Amino acid sequence: MTDHPTKVLVVEGLTKKIGKREIVRDLAFEIGQGEVFGFLGPNGAGKTTTIRMLVGLIRPTHGQIKIAGYDLSNQFLEAIRHIGCIVENPELYPYLTGRENLEMFARMVEGVTPQRITEVVQLVELEERIDERVKTYSLGMRQRLGIAQALLHHPQLLILDEPTNGLDPAGIREMRQFISRLAHEEGISVFISSHILHEVQLLCDRVAIIHQGRIIQTGDVHQLLSGEPPVIWKVSPLAKANQLLQSLPDVFDVEILENESIRTRLPQNKIANINLRLIQAGIQVTSIEQKKPTLEDIFLQMTEGDSLA
Amino acid sequence: MPNFMGLIYNELLKMVRKKRILVVLLILAILIPIFTYAQYRTVQTNIQNLGTSDWKTLIQQQIVDNQNRLTSSRIPEEWRKLIKISIQQQQYYLDHDINPTSPGAPTFIRKFIDQAISLFLPLLIVVVAADIVSSEHSGGTIKLLLTRPVQRWKVLLAKYVSLILLVSFIVTVTALLSYLISGLVFGYTGWNMPVLTGFDTQNDELITQGVHLVPQWKYILMSYGLAWFACTAVATLSLMVSVLLRSTAASMGTMLAAIIAGNLLTQLSPSWTTIKYFVFTNLSLTNYLSGTPMMIEGMSLPFSLIILCVWSIISLLIAFTVFTKKDILA
Repeated sequence: MTDHPTKVLVVEGLTKKIGKREIVRDLAFEIGQGEVFGFLGPNGAGKTTTIRMLVGLIRPTHGQIKIAGYDLSNQFLEAIRHIGCIVENPELYPYLTGRENLEMFARMVEGVTPQRITEVVQLVELEERIDERVKTYSLGMRQRLGIAQALLHHPQLLILDEPTNGLDPAGIREMRQFISRLAHEEGISVFISSHILHEVQLLCDRVAIIHQGRIIQTGDVHQLLSGEPPVIWKVSPLAKANQLLQSLPDVFDVEILENESIRTRLPQNKIANINLRLIQAGIQVTSIEQKKPTLEDIFLQMTEGDSLA
Repeated sequence: MPNFMGLIYNELLKMVRKKRILVVLLILAILIPIFTYAQYRTVQTNIQNLGTSDWKTLIQQQIVDNQNRLTSSRIPEEWRKLIKISIQQQQYYLDHDINPTSPGAPTFIRKFIDQAISLFLPLLIVVVAADIVSSEHSGGTIKLLLTRPVQRWKVLLAKYVSLILLVSFIVTVTALLSYLISGLVFGYTGWNMPVLTGFDTQNDELITQGVHLVPQWKYILMSYGLAWFACTAVATLSLMVSVLLRSTAASMGTMLAAIIAGNLLTQLSPSWTTIKYFVFTNLSLTNYLSGTPMMIEGMSLPFSLIILCVWSIISLLIAFTVFTKKDILA
C-alpha cells in the first residue's frame, strides 16, 4: 500500500501557476516519521501557497503530494485524515466556546471521543478557559486551541504555518518545547514554515530553503545553517587595526564598514585571542559584536554558490 | 464516515450562536405589532366610512342586492356562478357572526403573507442566508472546514439543508407570531371562514370558472406553502451569491439589490414582458391564490413556479461547482 513506510510526506514536482505567474515551481521534499521539518523562506517566497496545497485548499498545477502513502488529489479523504494543520492564523469560531469549536471539528472526523477532547485540552493546557468563548482568548490561547484542533484526530503530520508569529517570548519558548515534545515523544512529524532563521535552527531536524518559489537547498539543519558568523569590531585607530587583522591567519573577509568599524569572519573560539592581539598592538577595542547570520546572508551565500557551480 | 447529521448540527449551531436568527425574530416581534396596528386603523376607518356600526344589516342588504341581480336574465352564466358564491360567503359571515371588515387573527396572517411574500420575508431570509459561506471566508474558518476528511460538496450540502430548515423556521415563526400578536387585537377566531380562490387569467382576463370557497385555514396553509417556496428560492440564490462573493457585505448587498429591483421592475415597467423571466419578479405567488391580477402579461402560478425552480437549479449547479473546485487563496 505505502511506497515509503517511514515517509509521512512525499512531495514531487509540485508546481502552482496562477494565471501566468508561477508561485512555486517544481518543489520536492520528504518528511520522515517523528521529524521536525523546517520550511524556511522570506515572506512572499511561496511558503503559504505550498502549505495550502499540502492541506488540499489549493489544487496544484502539476506534481504529486503523498501523505502516509495516499495521494492527496486522488485519495483526498484517506490522505487528509493524517494531517492536522494551522494555516496562517489560528482562526476559530469566536462566538463559540473553545470546547464547542473542538466538538464541532470532532463531528467532522471519525473516532474522536469526548475523552480525546479532554486529553488534547489538557495537552495544550487550556482546561481553565475551555468553556469560555474564543473571542475572549489571547492570541497565545488561540494558538494553543488551534493546535488542540489540529491534534484532535491523531494526525501523523502536523503542519504549522509560522507557529510563533505574534507570540511573546515566553509563548515562543513554550511553543518550541511543545513542538519538540510532540515530535520526539509522540512520534508526530511536524512541518513548520518560518521566515526566522534562528527559529528553524532551534526547532528543526532538517530544513528546506525556499526562495522565489523554488527550493534552493534541502538538508540537515546544522550543516546548512552553520558556518562562521560575522564579527564586527569597533576599534581605533582604524587603519592600524585593519592592517593587523588582515595579517592574522584565522581571520577572513576583513572589511571596513562606514561607521568606523571592521567586519570580519572568524571561528568563535578565536575571538578572545584576536582581541588580545589587538590590545597588545596598542589598539583600543570599544566593542565586539557577533552578528547572527540573517536569512538574506544565507540566500546570498547560497545563490552565489549556485552561480559558481 | 463522519455522519451527515453531525455536519448539519454544526451548521445549525453556528447559525444559532451567531445570533442572526435572534435579529430576525426581533425584527418580526417589532414589526408585526406595527402592522397589526396599521390593520386596526384601516378597519376603524372602514367602519367610519360605512357610517354604521351595524355590519349585519349591511351584509343582509348586500345579499338582497345580489339575489336581485341573479333574477335578471341578462347576466351571463359565468357571473351568475360568482354571485352565488358571493352570497354563500356573505351568508357564512351572518351565520357565524363574523364581521368581514373586522376579521380575526387568521385573516390578518393571510393578508400579512400576501404583502410580506415579495419583499419583507425575502429580505429577512437574505439577512441570515447571505453570509452562510462568505462568513467562513472572512473569518478564515473556511481553512479549518475544508481540511477535514469530508468532501467539499458534503460541507456545502449540509449548509444548504440547514438553510432550508432555517427558512422553514422563519416562515413558521412569522405565521405563529403574527397569529399570537394580532389575535390580541382582532381575536383568535376565524379559521373556518370561507375564502374565495381558484382564479385564473388568460389573455389579460380574469377567468372565474374555477372559483370556489375554501375554509381559511386551508387557504393559509396554501399561502404559507407558497411563501416557503418563494423563500427557499431566495435562500438558494443567496447560497450561490455567498459562494461567489467572499465578503458578507457584498453578498448581502447584491441579494438585497436584486430583490428590490425585481419588485420595482414589476411596478415600473409592466409592458416590458421579458422581465417575467427574472427570478425576483415571480415572488408574489399568493397573488395567484387571491386572484390579484399580475402586472405582467403571461404569468401564471405554474409559470412562476417553473421560473423559480429553473433559477434555483442553475444557482445550485454554479454554487456546487465553484465551491468544490475553487482554490482557497488568502
